[in-house]
Amino acid sequence: MGEFVQLTANGALLGFMYAILAMGFVLVFKGSGVINFSQGELVLLGAYVVSWVLATLGVPFWLGIPLAALVCAVAGVLIERFALRRLLNESMLALIMATIALGSIIRGLMSLIFGDRTRSMPEILPTGTYEVLGLRFSALMVWAAVIGLLLLGALAWFFSKTKLGLAMQAVADDRVAAQSLGMSLGVVNATAWAIAGAVAALAGFVWGSFLGVDGRLIALGALIFPVVILGGLESIPGAVIGGIVVGIVESLSAGYLDDVVGGGFSTVAPLLLLLVVLLVRPYGLFGRPEIERV
Amino acid sequence: MPLIAMETGRFDENHRQQVRVYDTPHRRFWILTLLVVGFVIVPFAANQYWLTVLGLIGVAAVGGLGLNVLVGYTGQISLGHAAFAAVGAYSCGIMTTRLGLPVWLAIPAALLCAGLFSLIFGVVSLRVKGMYLAIATLAAQYLVEWALHAWNLAGNDYGLITFEPIEIGAFNTATPVGRYLLIMACLALVVLYVENLTRTRTGRAMIAVRDQDMAAAGIGVSPFKYKLIAFFISSSIAGLSGVLYGFSAGIVSAEAFTLTLSIQYLAIILVGGLGTVPGAVLGAAFITMLPIVLRDGLPIIGIELAANMQVHLLSVLFGIAILAFLFLESKGLYGLFRNIKDYFRQWPFSY
Repeated sequence: MGEFVQLTANGALLGFMYAILAMGFVLVFKGSGVINFSQGELVLLGAYVVSWVLATLGVPFWLGIPLAALVCAVAGVLIERFALRRLLNESMLALIMATIALGSIIRGLMSLIFGDRTRSMPEILPTGTYEVLGLRFSALMVWAAVIGLLLLGALAWFFSKTKLGLAMQAVADDRVAAQSLGMSLGVVNATAWAIAGAVAALAGFVWGSFLGVDGRLIALGALIFPVVILGGLESIPGAVIGGIVVGIVESLSAGYLDDVVGGGFSTVAPLLLLLVVLLVRPYGLFGRPEIERV
Repeated sequence: MPLIAMETGRFDENHRQQVRVYDTPHRRFWILTLLVVGFVIVPFAANQYWLTVLGLIGVAAVGGLGLNVLVGYTGQISLGHAAFAAVGAYSCGIMTTRLGLPVWLAIPAALLCAGLFSLIFGVVSLRVKGMYLAIATLAAQYLVEWALHAWNLAGNDYGLITFEPIEIGAFNTATPVGRYLLIMACLALVVLYVENLTRTRTGRAMIAVRDQDMAAAGIGVSPFKYKLIAFFISSSIAGLSGVLYGFSAGIVSAEAFTLTLSIQYLAIILVGGLGTVPGAVLGAAFITMLPIVLRDGLPIIGIELAANMQVHLLSVLFGIAILAFLFLESKGLYGLFRNIKDYFRQWPFSY
């Protein structure tokens, strides 16, 4: 029983880290309707920029992380402005291939600029373990969860209280109606990508501290899909809850199933969950059931 | 002059002329030329290097044609075709090497396996479409990749499946010429099949489902049925591509069928021209040649790159190529070719 509780608690913490990854994805989808297959690469970009600013330039972290977030936000705006805006009314396939192509470019450029060596993130998040009620928690993951919650709060405030946030909600709801009320699609799309870039920098910082900064971070991109499908593609609180569910599923299957069905099953367990969710409740737990049934 | 026959319209005199696959003398001339060059001249003239390169292009083209049936003709996006190719390659390898079945039985059985396996994920397409289907097939890709690594399908410690060469009389796939001929023969058959498919009820039903699924349902074309058929055909052809890869490489491991390959298949049909047969072949040549030019072409003009630099540069160029085609010529290489052809056909007039 103790093991079960421990695994569940670890999974929940891991879930907050997934949520940070998925929030950028949800923002892009909510703001511009693009399924972003390059989220993993954006996180890689974020991780490299953060580690470069903090370690190579030696900027203190309270200045360095916002600075890196700004750089990534600019990158996000550039991606929107020069690639995706030109494909505004193109088919789904064109949009998917465009984000895959952008991911490929980012991945190649990062390795060309920063080399193949694994860079380490400066130790800003504490690394020890905390013990609460007989359960052990990695301090890094606890702080990551705190960052995730703060981010959720900030985004919730942005979407419900600021004019731009409300405009983004309106555009996500009904593109044409929002345009006729004077909202600029270009501004809204660019904002979505800018925030997604900034969030990716944060995600890169958290995951880079966890795994080290190199090309393996791209693999995280695949884990976003179970999270967002479960939570609904355009719900930010959904991303957090989806993240927690996926984290728990992964942690429990690592604890109990890996020995039964073959090594590393925990990495694909969330994907099996994804297939089941798609079959049973395609719009996710928190998405709107507007998805077209075939 | 065959050119003029094309310009003045078609005057078919009997039913046989009407149902020909390659309907104008002009097209027949070029197809015949291609066949003669591909099957008679190249095997004698080309050296081992070029036979291997052409073989790689052929394998990629078969896979691209397979995906084209699903994406180009039926409008369903699949990010998991490398997984279906893997099912084909692995089942063929297991059946010939571990179960000792003859090749002529194992290859069709392997295609059947790949097709049936894809139906598991095709069923998802009955429930969701568009990007949701893309995500579901992405999950299929990762699940198969995991299974190939986690389960010891090869039955040996190395996780490698060996393909014994096929030997029929003088024809032997242990030789470069034999491998080349096997791949090209299969490519020719697949080209003929896909070209024909679009003229049958099945193919036209697929196109109807792609263009407007509700309207298709309204005129009595069941989208469910034809989506599943498209998944089956498309994945069987992808499976054939996997089998051919196995025979040309000799051994197969899970590393050959990663998500990268699935993306390459999509890039092939996008760069070549969506929903066209020559496009898939042209796209396969383009995408296959890209790394080869970086590796062997650049040193000729005096630029030497380290191996890891080539990989990263390839990644950047691959992305740029896809974006360039999306922005500039969304009909792909085949569209480009047609534009150029039209220009010369009407020259010196502009229309």
